[in-house]
Amino acid sequence: MSYSEELLRGLEIKARQIRKDVVISIGVGVAGHIGGANSAADIVTALYFYKMKHDPKNPKMKDRDRFLLSKGHVAILQYATLAEAGYFPIEDLKTTKEIGSYLQGHPDARKTPGIEAGTGSLGQGLSIGLGMALGLKADKIDRKVYVLVGDGEIAEGQIWEAAMAASAFKADNLVAILDKNTLQANGAIADRFDTNPISPKWESFGWEVMEIDGHNMEEIISALDRAGDIKEKPTVIIANTVKGKGISFTENIVSYHNGMLTKETYKQALEELS
Amino acid sequence: MSYVNQRIAYGNTLIELGKKNKNIVVLDADLGGSTMGKMFEAEFPDRHYEMGIAEANMTSVAAGLAQTGKIPFTNSFAVFAGGRAYDQIRQTIAIGKLNVKICGSSSGLSDFGDGSTHQAIEDMSIMRAIPNMTVLCPADANEAVEAVKAMVEMDGPCYIRLNRNDYDNVTPEGKKFTVGIPDILKEGSEIAVFATGYMVGLAMEAARELEGDISVKVINVSTIKPINEDAIKDMVKACKAVVTAEEHSVVGGLGSAIAEVLRQECKPIEFVGINDTFGCSGHCYQDVLDYHGLTKVHIADAIKKMAVL
Repeated sequence: MSYSEELLRGLEIKARQIRKDVVISIGVGVAGHIGGANSAADIVTALYFYKMKHDPKNPKMKDRDRFLLSKGHVAILQYATLAEAGYFPIEDLKTTKEIGSYLQGHPDARKTPGIEAGTGSLGQGLSIGLGMALGLKADKIDRKVYVLVGDGEIAEGQIWEAAMAASAFKADNLVAILDKNTLQANGAIADRFDTNPISPKWESFGWEVMEIDGHNMEEIISALDRAGDIKEKPTVIIANTVKGKGISFTENIVSYHNGMLTKETYKQALEELS
Repeated sequence: MSYVNQRIAYGNTLIELGKKNKNIVVLDADLGGSTMGKMFEAEFPDRHYEMGIAEANMTSVAAGLAQTGKIPFTNSFAVFAGGRAYDQIRQTIAIGKLNVKICGSSSGLSDFGDGSTHQAIEDMSIMRAIPNMTVLCPADANEAVEAVKAMVEMDGPCYIRLNRNDYDNVTPEGKKFTVGIPDILKEGSEIAVFATGYMVGLAMEAARELEGDISVKVINVSTIKPINEDAIKDMVKACKAVVTAEEHSVVGGLGSAIAEVLRQECKPIEFVGINDTFGCSGHCYQDVLDYHGLTKVHIADAIKKMAVL
């Protein structure tokens, strides 16, 4: 399938705006999970602005696709995307993590429109997504559940419980996207706690595995479209990404897993993303 | 239909409710034969999910099902249903106030053969520490039937602990269960005994045997959380002292909950329960109850001790 330049450029521009919103939401002097947010920004943009059926004016519409951020610490990415999509005002992003804000440090389904379930304790989102997928199948609603997991996160045993179960239940309406940015909070995954090789693990659990460049919009949407055709098994899209992508001084830097911007670096980040 | 086993009562009531409410779904982690989830499975195979020996996944899957409008019941032994899956309950179900019902089967010492790893002596403690959680401990099979109905009627996370074994009912069949209401089973004026679960029957026996010597009020506390502060304070007003009785550690369970309620009431309280130890194996239920100090004699002794203060 070929996609128009117009479509691809449009999504790239949107992803850049979302990265900018992520920076604005963190602001100066408050820590934020900017690295892992920006590695997944292209993927999440593609989901909300190309692939998923959803309605910002009716977040609970029955006939919707669902997105779950299993790597819940990059809530700021989802907030920026939801705001750009019209779920709530963009100017509210700067209240993130303030006392009383409906934008909490990790996704809170009670507080924020568009959040399907609370996550934050890593390793649980794939299970929750599987539960939603099973519920949709039971009600014969032909929509998909997309779950974003991290490559450090797959150390959690529950991810593999879910992977096994998704296969056993033939949950072909469940699509996992693995943000393979190679870094976790305390260093490179390959050095600290090596979860590689990743693709063969998912294959052996019975998943359809696709590998893409997580910053190539054409590869992203193509994989999402192909996932729609896979039957009788769930799909995982392993996306090779750069942690901190889009801001030169955060790319591949471990400390921006949960990093702080100064007045100067904030300004520089916004300039680079403009 | 009167049952004498809480698990059988539970299994049958789920079927009864499942016939009326298509949204009820049941999940098991390879223990359906024990939790009686197998009964629901036989009746509604498409609405029962065998999740394998993976309680964490089972619990988070239930959260996801709840978010598609289902009313999921997760089943396992209490140690696993609430203990192993604690984080899954806390982080998504409780924080999110999701409509998931958690059944802690074979709770307390009631799985007498399997021993300490399978005997939940702290489940009420950990579950009631979670905000937004409702914690139920029905006294007998009759009350279990009604409690399960109440679980479906209420919205939000709810944990129920069930006993494994057969024993006589102490509450009447068909009495509507209202979440949060403690129930005076026997009036009395000197010592108030708050009991829950299996210990309610024992408390009643102890109270009857002391008739004439000490006037004992017996209250069945089948909702551990939310605990009804006003009702409990009112119940102890005229009494000089309090005894609590639970098939559970004295740390953090019913005794602690009652003590918290009465923290400004200056009533002496004695706890009857498991003395901050794990359980152990026994050839029969009575053996483990005796060994851990959970008998009517222990309750009577506590009453007598409080009566002479």
